[in-house]
Amino acid sequence: MTEIRVEHASRWFRNVVALNDVSMTIGPGVTGLLGPNGAGKSTLIALMSGFLAPSAGTVTLDGEPLWRNESVYRHVGLVPEREALFDYLTGRQFVVACAELHGLPDPGAAAQRAIATIELTDAQDRAISTYSKGMRQRIKMASALVHDPAVLLLDEPFNGMDPRQRLHLMELLREMGAAGRTVLFSSHILEEVEQVARHIEVVVAGRHAASGDFGAIRRLMTDRPNRFVIRSARDRELAAVLLGDASVRGARLRPEGGLEVEASDFGRFSEVLPRLAREHGVRLLEVVPTDESLESVFSYLVSS
Amino acid sequence: MIVHRTVVRLGVRSVFGRWRGVLLLVLPVVLVAVAVLVRALVGQDEQAAETTMYGLGLVVVVPLVALLATSGLLAPEIDDGSIVYLLAKPVPRATIVASKLVVAFGCVLVFAAVPMLVAGFVLVTGRPAFALGFALGALAGGVAYSAVFAWLSVLTRHAVVVGLMYLLIWEGLLGGLMSGVRWLSVNRWSAEVVDHVTGASLVSRLPLIYAVLALVVSVVVFTWRTGTRLRRFNLTGDE
Repeated sequence: MTEIRVEHASRWFRNVVALNDVSMTIGPGVTGLLGPNGAGKSTLIALMSGFLAPSAGTVTLDGEPLWRNESVYRHVGLVPEREALFDYLTGRQFVVACAELHGLPDPGAAAQRAIATIELTDAQDRAISTYSKGMRQRIKMASALVHDPAVLLLDEPFNGMDPRQRLHLMELLREMGAAGRTVLFSSHILEEVEQVARHIEVVVAGRHAASGDFGAIRRLMTDRPNRFVIRSARDRELAAVLLGDASVRGARLRPEGGLEVEASDFGRFSEVLPRLAREHGVRLLEVVPTDESLESVFSYLVSS
Repeated sequence: MIVHRTVVRLGVRSVFGRWRGVLLLVLPVVLVAVAVLVRALVGQDEQAAETTMYGLGLVVVVPLVALLATSGLLAPEIDDGSIVYLLAKPVPRATIVASKLVVAFGCVLVFAAVPMLVAGFVLVTGRPAFALGFALGALAGGVAYSAVFAWLSVLTRHAVVVGLMYLLIWEGLLGGLMSGVRWLSVNRWSAEVVDHVTGASLVSRLPLIYAVLALVVSVVVFTWRTGTRLRRFNLTGDE
Protein backbone atom coordinates (compact mmCIF):
# COMPACT_ATOMS: atom_id res chain seq x y z
CA MET A 1 0.00 0.00 0.00
CA THR A 2 1.36 3.40 -0.95
CA GLU A 3 0.34 6.32 1.20
CA ILE A 4 1.19 10.01 1.23
CA ARG A 5 0.92 11.47 4.70
CA VAL A 6 0.79 15.21 5.26
CA GLU A 7 1.13 16.07 8.95
CA HIS A 8 0.55 19.58 10.22
CA ALA A 9 2.18 20.96 7.09
CA SER A 10 2.37 24.69 6.63
CA ARG A 11 4.08 26.63 3.93
CA TRP A 12 4.61 30.31 3.78
CA PHE A 13 6.35 32.52 1.26
CA ARG A 14 7.83 35.43 3.21
CA ASN A 15 4.77 36.84 5.00
CA VAL A 16 2.17 35.09 2.82
CA VAL A 17 0.77 31.86 4.19
CA ALA A 18 -0.01 29.49 1.32
CA LEU A 19 -0.88 26.48 3.48
CA ASN A 20 -1.81 26.53 7.12
CA ASP A 21 -1.46 23.44 9.32
CA VAL A 22 -2.80 20.91 6.81
CA SER A 23 -3.00 17.24 7.75
CA MET A 24 -4.31 14.54 5.45
CA THR A 25 -3.53 11.01 4.31
CA ILE A 26 -3.85 10.07 0.67
CA GLY A 27 -4.16 6.33 0.20
CA PRO A 28 -4.95 3.97 -2.69
CA GLY A 29 -7.89 4.94 -4.88
CA VAL A 30 -8.76 8.26 -6.48
CA THR A 31 -8.80 11.34 -4.30
CA GLY A 32 -10.00 14.70 -5.57
CA LEU A 33 -8.30 17.80 -4.21
CA LEU A 34 -10.94 20.47 -4.49
CA GLY A 35 -10.61 24.18 -3.92
CA PRO A 36 -11.01 27.54 -5.62
CA ASN A 37 -8.16 29.10 -7.56
CA GLY A 38 -5.39 30.28 -5.27
CA ALA A 39 -6.51 28.02 -2.42
CA GLY A 40 -3.15 26.28 -2.12
CA LYS A 41 -3.80 23.16 -4.22
CA SER A 42 -0.66 23.55 -6.34
CA THR A 43 1.39 24.26 -3.23
CA LEU A 44 0.06 21.09 -1.64
CA ILE A 45 0.83 19.03 -4.75
CA ALA A 46 4.32 20.55 -4.88
CA LEU A 47 4.81 19.44 -1.25
CA MET A 48 3.50 15.95 -2.05
CA SER A 49 5.76 15.62 -5.08
CA GLY A 50 8.94 16.70 -3.30
CA PHE A 51 9.20 20.01 -5.12
CA LEU A 52 8.65 22.19 -2.10
CA ALA A 53 9.80 21.93 1.49
CA PRO A 54 7.17 22.46 4.17
CA SER A 55 7.93 25.48 6.35
CA ALA A 56 6.55 23.43 9.24
CA GLY A 57 5.27 19.86 9.55
CA THR A 58 6.14 16.82 7.46
CA VAL A 59 5.16 15.24 4.14
CA THR A 60 6.12 11.61 3.62
CA LEU A 61 5.58 8.78 1.16
CA ASP A 62 5.33 5.49 3.06
CA GLY A 63 7.32 7.07 5.86
CA GLU A 64 10.05 8.48 3.64
CA PRO A 65 10.44 12.25 3.30
CA LEU A 66 9.65 13.57 -0.16
CA TRP A 67 11.78 16.70 -0.03
CA ARG A 68 15.32 16.29 -1.39
CA ASN A 69 14.77 12.59 -2.01
CA GLU A 70 15.05 11.76 -5.72
CA SER A 71 14.52 8.04 -5.14
CA VAL A 72 10.78 8.61 -4.45
CA TYR A 73 10.27 9.36 -8.15
CA ARG A 74 10.54 5.62 -8.85
CA HIS A 75 7.06 5.41 -7.34
CA VAL A 76 5.62 8.81 -8.17
CA GLY A 77 4.29 10.17 -11.46
CA LEU A 78 3.65 13.91 -11.63
CA VAL A 79 1.53 15.89 -14.07
CA PRO A 80 2.23 19.55 -13.30
CA GLU A 81 -0.16 22.35 -14.17
CA ARG A 82 2.30 24.31 -16.26
CA GLU A 83 2.15 23.63 -19.95
CA ALA A 84 5.81 24.11 -20.81
CA LEU A 85 7.41 21.00 -22.25
CA PHE A 86 10.46 20.17 -24.33
CA ASP A 87 8.91 21.64 -27.47
CA TYR A 88 11.87 20.72 -29.67
CA LEU A 89 11.14 17.00 -29.20
CA THR A 90 8.39 14.89 -30.69
CA GLY A 91 5.88 13.39 -28.29
CA ARG A 92 7.48 9.95 -28.61
CA GLN A 93 11.02 11.25 -28.09
CA PHE A 94 9.84 13.04 -24.95
CA VAL A 95 8.21 9.97 -23.41
CA VAL A 96 11.15 7.72 -24.41
CA ALA A 97 13.52 10.20 -22.72
CA CYS A 98 11.38 10.04 -19.56
CA ALA A 99 11.49 6.23 -19.68
CA GLU A 100 15.29 6.34 -20.05
CA LEU A 101 15.60 8.71 -17.12
CA HIS A 102 13.64 6.22 -15.04
CA GLY A 103 16.15 3.56 -16.08
CA LEU A 104 13.51 1.27 -17.60
CA PRO A 105 14.89 -1.82 -19.37
CA ASP A 106 12.98 -1.19 -22.62
CA PRO A 107 12.27 2.56 -22.84
CA GLY A 108 10.82 2.37 -26.36
CA ALA A 109 8.22 -0.25 -25.47
CA ALA A 110 7.30 1.51 -22.21
CA ALA A 111 6.83 4.78 -24.09
CA GLN A 112 4.64 3.10 -26.70
CA ARG A 113 2.44 1.62 -23.98
CA ALA A 114 2.06 4.95 -22.20
CA ILE A 115 1.31 6.82 -25.43
CA ALA A 116 -1.26 4.18 -26.45
CA THR A 117 -2.89 4.45 -23.02
CA ILE A 118 -3.53 8.15 -23.48
CA GLU A 119 -4.50 7.63 -27.15
CA LEU A 120 -1.88 9.82 -28.76
CA THR A 121 -0.26 7.23 -31.01
CA ASP A 122 -1.26 9.02 -34.21
CA ALA A 123 0.43 12.27 -33.17
CA GLN A 124 3.44 10.78 -31.38
CA ASP A 125 5.89 11.67 -34.14
CA ARG A 126 4.86 15.31 -34.34
CA ALA A 127 6.90 18.00 -32.57
CA ILE A 128 5.36 18.92 -29.23
CA SER A 129 5.43 22.57 -30.33
CA THR A 130 2.60 21.72 -32.75
CA TYR A 131 0.40 20.11 -30.08
CA SER A 132 -2.89 21.58 -28.91
CA LYS A 133 -3.43 22.27 -25.23
CA GLY A 134 -5.29 18.98 -24.79
CA MET A 135 -2.55 17.02 -26.57
CA ARG A 136 0.10 18.62 -24.37
CA GLN A 137 -1.92 17.59 -21.35
CA ARG A 138 -2.06 14.02 -22.63
CA ILE A 139 1.64 13.76 -23.43
CA LYS A 140 2.32 15.01 -19.90
CA MET A 141 0.12 12.15 -18.69
CA ALA A 142 2.09 9.67 -20.80
CA SER A 143 5.37 10.91 -19.33
CA ALA A 144 3.97 10.47 -15.82
CA LEU A 145 2.62 6.98 -16.54
CA VAL A 146 5.62 5.60 -18.42
CA HIS A 147 7.21 3.96 -15.36
CA ASP A 148 3.91 2.56 -14.09
CA PRO A 149 3.99 4.55 -10.82
CA ALA A 150 2.17 3.53 -7.64
CA VAL A 151 1.35 7.18 -6.98
CA LEU A 152 0.04 9.62 -9.55
CA LEU A 153 -0.27 13.32 -8.73
CA LEU A 154 -2.08 15.54 -11.22
CA ASP A 155 -2.46 19.31 -10.95
CA GLU A 156 -5.61 20.47 -12.78
CA PRO A 157 -5.31 17.66 -15.35
CA PHE A 158 -8.57 18.40 -17.17
CA ASN A 159 -7.62 21.95 -18.15
CA GLY A 160 -7.69 22.41 -21.89
CA MET A 161 -9.12 18.99 -22.70
CA ASP A 162 -12.14 18.61 -24.93
CA PRO A 163 -15.13 16.67 -23.51
CA ARG A 164 -14.14 13.37 -25.15
CA GLN A 165 -10.56 13.56 -23.89
CA ARG A 166 -11.87 14.57 -20.49
CA LEU A 167 -14.11 11.51 -20.28
CA HIS A 168 -11.25 9.28 -21.39
CA LEU A 169 -8.90 10.67 -18.75
CA MET A 170 -11.61 10.33 -16.10
CA GLU A 171 -12.06 6.68 -17.04
CA LEU A 172 -8.30 6.17 -16.93
CA LEU A 173 -8.03 7.69 -13.46
CA ARG A 174 -10.92 5.57 -12.22
CA GLU A 175 -9.23 2.44 -13.59
CA MET A 176 -5.93 3.35 -11.96
CA GLY A 177 -7.67 3.95 -8.66
CA ALA A 178 -9.55 0.66 -8.92
CA ALA A 179 -6.24 -1.09 -9.60
CA GLY A 180 -5.01 0.03 -6.19
CA ARG A 181 -2.88 3.00 -7.20
CA THR A 182 -2.84 6.17 -5.18
CA VAL A 183 -4.20 8.86 -7.49
CA LEU A 184 -4.65 12.47 -6.42
CA PHE A 185 -5.88 15.16 -8.78
CA SER A 186 -6.70 18.79 -8.13
CA SER A 187 -9.58 20.72 -9.58
CA HIS A 188 -11.62 23.81 -8.85
CA ILE A 189 -14.68 22.34 -10.56
CA LEU A 190 -17.04 20.42 -8.32
CA GLU A 191 -18.65 18.40 -11.12
CA GLU A 192 -15.27 17.30 -12.43
CA VAL A 193 -14.30 15.87 -9.07
CA GLU A 194 -17.74 14.30 -8.62
CA GLN A 195 -17.34 12.22 -11.76
CA VAL A 196 -14.02 10.67 -10.77
CA ALA A 197 -13.44 10.63 -7.04
CA ARG A 198 -15.49 9.29 -4.18
CA HIS A 199 -13.08 10.67 -1.66
CA ILE A 200 -12.30 14.37 -1.67
CA GLU A 201 -10.15 16.78 0.25
CA VAL A 202 -11.27 20.40 0.21
CA VAL A 203 -8.74 23.19 0.58
CA VAL A 204 -9.78 26.82 0.99
CA ALA A 205 -7.50 29.79 1.56
CA GLY A 206 -4.64 27.49 2.55
CA ARG A 207 -6.71 25.61 5.11
CA HIS A 208 -7.98 22.05 5.03
CA ALA A 209 -11.72 22.73 4.97
CA ALA A 210 -13.24 19.27 4.61
CA SER A 211 -12.33 15.67 4.02
CA GLY A 212 -14.28 12.55 3.30
CA ASP A 213 -16.82 10.92 1.05
CA PHE A 214 -17.94 13.07 -1.84
CA GLY A 215 -21.64 12.48 -1.16
CA ALA A 216 -21.40 13.73 2.44
CA ILE A 217 -19.50 16.84 1.44
CA ARG A 218 -21.82 17.46 -1.49
CA ARG A 219 -24.78 17.30 0.91
CA LEU A 220 -23.02 19.67 3.27
CA MET A 221 -22.59 22.03 0.35
CA THR A 222 -26.15 21.80 -0.92
CA ASP A 223 -27.85 21.77 2.51
CA ARG A 224 -26.30 25.08 3.47
CA PRO A 225 -28.52 28.20 3.41
CA ASN A 226 -28.98 29.27 -0.20
CA ARG A 227 -30.05 32.70 -1.36
CA PHE A 228 -32.16 33.35 -4.43
CA VAL A 229 -33.64 36.38 -6.11
CA ILE A 230 -37.06 35.53 -7.49
CA ARG A 231 -39.09 37.72 -9.80
CA SER A 232 -42.73 36.79 -10.15
CA ALA A 233 -46.04 38.26 -11.20
CA ARG A 234 -47.06 38.77 -7.52
CA ASP A 235 -43.97 38.99 -5.29
CA ARG A 236 -45.73 39.90 -2.01
CA GLU A 237 -48.17 36.98 -2.24
CA LEU A 238 -45.38 34.56 -3.17
CA ALA A 239 -43.31 35.73 -0.19
CA ALA A 240 -46.19 35.02 2.19
CA VAL A 241 -46.72 31.56 0.72
CA LEU A 242 -43.03 30.64 0.82
CA LEU A 243 -42.61 31.76 4.43
CA GLY A 244 -45.22 29.18 5.33
CA ASP A 245 -42.91 26.39 4.26
CA ALA A 246 -40.21 24.95 6.54
CA SER A 247 -37.58 25.00 3.81
CA VAL A 248 -37.60 28.82 3.74
CA ARG A 249 -35.80 30.69 6.45
CA GLY A 250 -36.55 34.24 5.31
CA ALA A 251 -37.99 36.37 2.52
CA ARG A 252 -37.57 40.06 1.78
CA LEU A 253 -39.17 42.30 -0.81
CA ARG A 254 -36.48 44.18 -2.68
CA PRO A 255 -37.02 47.92 -3.27
CA GLU A 256 -35.99 47.50 -6.91
CA GLY A 257 -38.54 44.71 -7.36
CA GLY A 258 -38.36 40.98 -6.88
CA LEU A 259 -38.03 38.86 -3.81
CA GLU A 260 -34.95 37.77 -1.91
CA VAL A 261 -35.37 34.34 -0.35
CA GLU A 262 -33.08 32.39 1.93
CA ALA A 263 -33.70 28.65 1.82
CA SER A 264 -32.37 26.42 4.57
CA ASP A 265 -32.95 23.19 2.66
CA PHE A 266 -31.97 23.51 -0.96
CA GLY A 267 -33.37 20.14 -2.02
CA ARG A 268 -36.80 20.70 -0.54
CA PHE A 269 -36.97 24.33 -1.64
CA SER A 270 -36.26 23.48 -5.29
CA GLU A 271 -39.18 21.07 -5.20
CA VAL A 272 -41.56 23.27 -3.18
CA LEU A 273 -41.10 26.57 -5.05
CA PRO A 274 -42.64 25.58 -8.41
CA ARG A 275 -45.39 23.60 -6.70
CA LEU A 276 -46.46 26.42 -4.39
CA ALA A 277 -46.29 28.95 -7.23
CA ARG A 278 -48.51 26.74 -9.39
CA GLU A 279 -51.00 26.08 -6.57
CA HIS A 280 -51.39 29.81 -5.89
CA GLY A 281 -51.43 30.85 -9.52
CA VAL A 282 -48.24 32.93 -9.21
CA ARG A 283 -46.22 33.06 -12.38
CA LEU A 284 -42.46 32.75 -11.82
CA LEU A 285 -40.50 35.04 -14.15
CA GLU A 286 -36.96 34.47 -12.89
CA VAL A 287 -35.18 32.45 -10.21
CA VAL A 288 -31.51 33.37 -9.75
CA PRO A 289 -29.18 31.92 -7.11
CA THR A 290 -27.12 34.80 -5.72
CA ASP A 291 -24.28 32.99 -3.96
CA GLU A 292 -23.66 29.92 -6.07
CA SER A 293 -20.03 30.70 -6.74
CA LEU A 294 -17.69 27.94 -5.64
CA GLU A 295 -15.96 30.40 -3.35
CA SER A 296 -19.16 30.97 -1.39
CA VAL A 297 -19.72 27.22 -1.11
CA PHE A 298 -16.18 26.80 0.17
CA SER A 299 -16.57 29.71 2.57
CA TYR A 300 -19.57 27.99 4.04
CA LEU A 301 -17.63 24.78 4.45
CA VAL A 302 -14.83 26.58 6.24
CA SER A 303 -17.18 28.26 8.67
CA SER A 304 -19.23 25.13 9.35
CA MET B 1 27.05 7.26 -13.07
CA ILE B 2 28.25 10.89 -13.06
CA VAL B 3 26.85 11.77 -16.49
CA HIS B 4 23.47 10.64 -17.82
CA ARG B 5 23.37 10.00 -21.55
CA THR B 6 19.75 11.08 -21.94
CA VAL B 7 20.31 14.39 -20.15
CA VAL B 8 23.32 15.04 -22.40
CA ARG B 9 21.23 14.24 -25.50
CA LEU B 10 18.41 16.48 -24.35
CA GLY B 11 20.94 19.19 -23.51
CA VAL B 12 22.40 19.14 -27.02
CA ARG B 13 18.89 19.35 -28.52
CA SER B 14 18.04 22.18 -26.15
CA VAL B 15 21.11 24.27 -27.08
CA PHE B 16 20.71 23.82 -30.80
CA GLY B 17 16.92 23.92 -30.82
CA ARG B 18 16.93 27.62 -29.98
CA TRP B 19 18.28 30.80 -31.57
CA ARG B 20 21.29 30.62 -29.27
CA GLY B 21 22.52 27.68 -31.34
CA VAL B 22 22.89 29.94 -34.38
CA LEU B 23 24.92 32.47 -32.39
CA LEU B 24 27.16 29.66 -31.21
CA LEU B 25 27.99 28.96 -34.84
CA VAL B 26 28.43 32.64 -35.73
CA LEU B 27 31.03 33.49 -33.05
CA PRO B 28 33.78 31.07 -34.15
CA VAL B 29 33.17 31.93 -37.80
CA VAL B 30 33.72 35.61 -36.99
CA LEU B 31 36.90 34.77 -35.04
CA VAL B 32 38.42 32.74 -37.86
CA ALA B 33 37.31 35.29 -40.46
CA VAL B 34 38.98 38.14 -38.53
CA ALA B 35 42.12 36.02 -38.15
CA VAL B 36 42.22 35.49 -41.92
CA LEU B 37 41.66 39.21 -42.50
CA VAL B 38 44.44 40.24 -40.08
CA ARG B 39 46.83 37.73 -41.60
CA ALA B 40 45.98 39.01 -45.10
CA LEU B 41 46.35 42.69 -44.17
CA VAL B 42 49.24 42.59 -41.68
CA GLY B 43 51.04 39.37 -42.55
CA GLN B 44 52.68 37.28 -39.81
CA ASP B 45 52.89 39.73 -36.94
CA GLU B 46 52.94 38.23 -33.44
CA GLN B 47 51.85 41.46 -31.78
CA ALA B 48 48.80 41.78 -34.04
CA ALA B 49 48.12 38.06 -33.63
CA GLU B 50 48.22 38.30 -29.82
CA THR B 51 45.93 41.33 -29.82
CA THR B 52 43.42 39.57 -32.06
CA MET B 53 43.51 36.27 -30.17
CA TYR B 54 43.27 37.90 -26.77
CA GLY B 55 40.99 40.86 -27.54
CA LEU B 56 38.52 38.97 -29.70
CA GLY B 57 39.14 35.35 -28.71
CA LEU B 58 39.70 35.21 -24.96
CA VAL B 59 37.80 38.37 -24.05
CA VAL B 60 34.77 38.05 -26.37
CA VAL B 61 34.31 34.66 -28.04
CA VAL B 62 35.22 32.32 -25.15
CA PRO B 63 32.97 33.88 -22.45
CA LEU B 64 30.12 34.44 -24.89
CA VAL B 65 30.23 30.84 -26.12
CA ALA B 66 30.18 29.65 -22.49
CA LEU B 67 27.35 32.05 -21.64
CA LEU B 68 25.25 31.08 -24.66
CA ALA B 69 25.79 27.36 -24.16
CA THR B 70 25.14 27.39 -20.41
CA SER B 71 22.20 29.76 -20.42
CA GLY B 72 20.58 27.66 -23.15
CA LEU B 73 20.94 24.53 -21.03
CA LEU B 74 19.39 25.43 -17.70
CA ALA B 75 17.84 28.90 -17.56
CA PRO B 76 15.00 28.43 -20.10
CA GLU B 77 13.91 25.15 -18.50
CA ILE B 78 13.94 26.69 -15.05
CA ASP B 79 12.09 29.77 -16.34
CA ASP B 80 9.24 27.88 -17.97
CA GLY B 81 9.16 25.06 -15.41
CA SER B 82 9.87 22.27 -17.92
CA ILE B 83 12.91 21.28 -15.84
CA VAL B 84 10.44 19.45 -13.62
CA TYR B 85 10.38 16.64 -16.20
CA LEU B 86 14.10 16.10 -15.59
CA LEU B 87 13.96 16.58 -11.86
CA ALA B 88 10.95 14.32 -11.20
CA LYS B 89 13.12 11.33 -12.00
CA PRO B 90 15.25 9.06 -9.81
CA VAL B 91 18.39 10.72 -11.14
CA PRO B 92 20.66 12.60 -8.69
CA ARG B 93 20.52 16.35 -9.28
CA ALA B 94 24.34 16.40 -9.33
CA THR B 95 24.22 14.01 -12.29
CA ILE B 96 21.80 16.32 -14.09
CA VAL B 97 24.09 19.30 -13.53
CA ALA B 98 27.20 17.35 -14.53
CA SER B 99 25.49 16.11 -17.71
CA LYS B 100 24.38 19.61 -18.62
CA LEU B 101 27.88 20.94 -18.02
CA VAL B 102 29.37 18.23 -20.21
CA VAL B 103 27.30 19.70 -23.05
CA ALA B 104 28.52 23.21 -22.19
CA PHE B 105 32.13 21.99 -22.05
CA GLY B 106 31.63 20.31 -25.42
CA CYS B 107 30.35 23.59 -26.85
CA VAL B 108 33.38 25.41 -25.43
CA LEU B 109 35.68 22.83 -27.01
CA VAL B 110 34.00 22.90 -30.42
CA PHE B 111 32.99 26.57 -30.68
CA ALA B 112 35.78 28.26 -28.72
CA ALA B 113 38.91 26.12 -28.26
CA VAL B 114 39.03 24.56 -31.74
CA PRO B 115 38.34 27.89 -33.52
CA MET B 116 41.07 29.48 -31.36
CA LEU B 117 43.42 26.73 -32.50
CA VAL B 118 42.49 27.33 -36.14
CA ALA B 119 42.74 31.12 -35.79
CA GLY B 120 46.10 30.71 -34.04
CA PHE B 121 47.47 28.64 -36.89
CA VAL B 122 46.13 31.15 -39.41
CA LEU B 123 47.79 34.08 -37.64
CA VAL B 124 51.11 32.49 -36.69
CA THR B 125 52.54 29.68 -38.74
CA GLY B 126 55.67 27.78 -37.82
CA ARG B 127 55.16 28.11 -34.02
CA PRO B 128 52.45 25.64 -32.94
CA ALA B 129 52.83 26.65 -29.25
CA PHE B 130 51.08 29.93 -30.09
CA ALA B 131 47.89 28.29 -31.36
CA LEU B 132 48.02 25.48 -28.79
CA GLY B 133 48.50 27.91 -25.90
CA PHE B 134 45.48 30.01 -26.88
CA ALA B 135 43.38 26.89 -27.47
CA LEU B 136 44.33 25.53 -24.05
CA GLY B 137 43.61 28.88 -22.38
CA ALA B 138 40.27 29.08 -24.19
CA LEU B 139 39.33 25.60 -23.04
CA ALA B 140 40.33 26.24 -19.41
CA GLY B 141 38.64 29.63 -19.31
CA GLY B 142 35.54 28.41 -21.13
CA VAL B 143 35.08 25.50 -18.73
CA ALA B 144 35.39 27.82 -15.71
CA TYR B 145 33.00 30.37 -17.26
CA SER B 146 30.50 27.57 -17.91
CA ALA B 147 30.54 26.48 -14.26
CA VAL B 148 30.07 30.08 -13.08
CA PHE B 149 27.24 30.76 -15.55
CA ALA B 150 25.53 27.45 -14.72
CA TRP B 151 25.43 28.51 -11.09
CA LEU B 152 24.02 31.89 -12.12
CA SER B 153 21.33 30.06 -14.13
CA VAL B 154 19.98 28.29 -11.06
CA LEU B 155 20.39 31.36 -8.90
CA THR B 156 18.56 34.00 -10.92
CA ARG B 157 16.12 34.32 -13.78
CA HIS B 158 18.40 37.00 -15.21
CA ALA B 159 21.48 34.82 -15.59
CA VAL B 160 22.39 36.20 -19.02
CA VAL B 161 22.19 39.81 -17.81
CA VAL B 162 24.19 39.06 -14.65
CA GLY B 163 26.70 37.08 -16.72
CA LEU B 164 27.12 39.96 -19.15
CA MET B 165 27.50 42.40 -16.26
CA TYR B 166 30.24 40.21 -14.81
CA LEU B 167 32.01 40.19 -18.17
CA LEU B 168 31.56 43.87 -19.05
CA ILE B 169 31.78 45.54 -15.66
CA TRP B 170 33.95 43.27 -13.54
CA GLU B 171 36.35 41.84 -16.10
CA GLY B 172 36.11 44.59 -18.72
CA LEU B 173 35.76 47.89 -16.91
CA LEU B 174 37.07 47.24 -13.40
CA GLY B 175 39.65 44.74 -14.64
CA GLY B 176 41.17 47.55 -16.73
CA LEU B 177 41.09 50.07 -13.88
CA MET B 178 42.13 47.98 -10.90
CA SER B 179 44.93 45.46 -11.18
CA GLY B 180 43.67 43.58 -8.11
CA VAL B 181 40.67 42.33 -10.11
CA ARG B 182 42.99 39.87 -11.89
CA TRP B 183 42.94 37.67 -8.77
CA LEU B 184 39.20 37.12 -9.26
CA SER B 185 38.90 37.08 -13.03
CA VAL B 186 38.42 33.96 -15.14
CA ASN B 187 39.77 35.88 -18.11
CA ARG B 188 43.02 36.70 -16.34
CA TRP B 189 43.43 33.15 -15.08
CA SER B 190 43.05 31.74 -18.58
CA ALA B 191 45.32 34.47 -19.98
CA GLU B 192 47.98 33.34 -17.52
CA VAL B 193 47.75 29.80 -18.91
CA VAL B 194 48.14 31.21 -22.43
CA ASP B 195 51.13 33.33 -21.35
CA HIS B 196 52.83 30.32 -19.84
CA VAL B 197 52.43 28.10 -22.93
CA THR B 198 53.03 30.72 -25.63
CA GLY B 199 55.62 32.85 -23.80
CA ALA B 200 53.49 35.94 -24.46
CA SER B 201 52.64 38.59 -21.88
CA LEU B 202 48.98 39.38 -22.38
CA VAL B 203 48.07 40.91 -19.05
CA SER B 204 49.53 41.67 -15.63
CA ARG B 205 51.16 38.56 -14.27
CA LEU B 206 49.68 36.11 -11.80
CA PRO B 207 51.45 33.06 -10.38
CA LEU B 208 50.63 30.19 -12.77
CA ILE B 209 49.89 27.84 -9.90
CA TYR B 210 47.34 30.30 -8.56
CA ALA B 211 45.68 30.69 -11.98
CA VAL B 212 45.42 26.92 -12.49
CA LEU B 213 44.18 26.31 -8.96
CA ALA B 214 41.64 29.14 -9.27
CA LEU B 215 40.32 27.63 -12.53
CA VAL B 216 40.03 24.14 -11.02
CA VAL B 217 38.50 25.34 -7.75
CA SER B 218 35.94 27.55 -9.52
CA VAL B 219 34.85 24.64 -11.75
CA VAL B 220 34.46 22.29 -8.78
CA VAL B 221 32.84 24.78 -6.40
CA PHE B 222 30.38 26.31 -8.87
CA THR B 223 29.40 22.87 -10.24
CA TRP B 224 28.79 21.63 -6.71
CA ARG B 225 26.82 24.77 -5.78
CA THR B 226 24.69 24.40 -8.91
CA GLY B 227 23.86 20.82 -7.91
CA THR B 228 22.93 21.71 -4.33
CA ARG B 229 20.83 24.63 -5.54
CA LEU B 230 18.99 22.38 -8.00
CA ARG B 231 18.25 19.93 -5.18
CA ARG B 232 16.29 22.70 -3.54
CA PHE B 233 14.35 23.56 -6.70
CA ASN B 234 10.85 24.75 -5.84
CA LEU B 235 7.81 24.10 -7.95
CA THR B 236 5.18 26.41 -6.61
CA GLY B 237 2.74 26.43 -9.52
CA ASP B 238 0.96 29.56 -10.59
CA GLU B 239 -0.70 30.33 -7.28
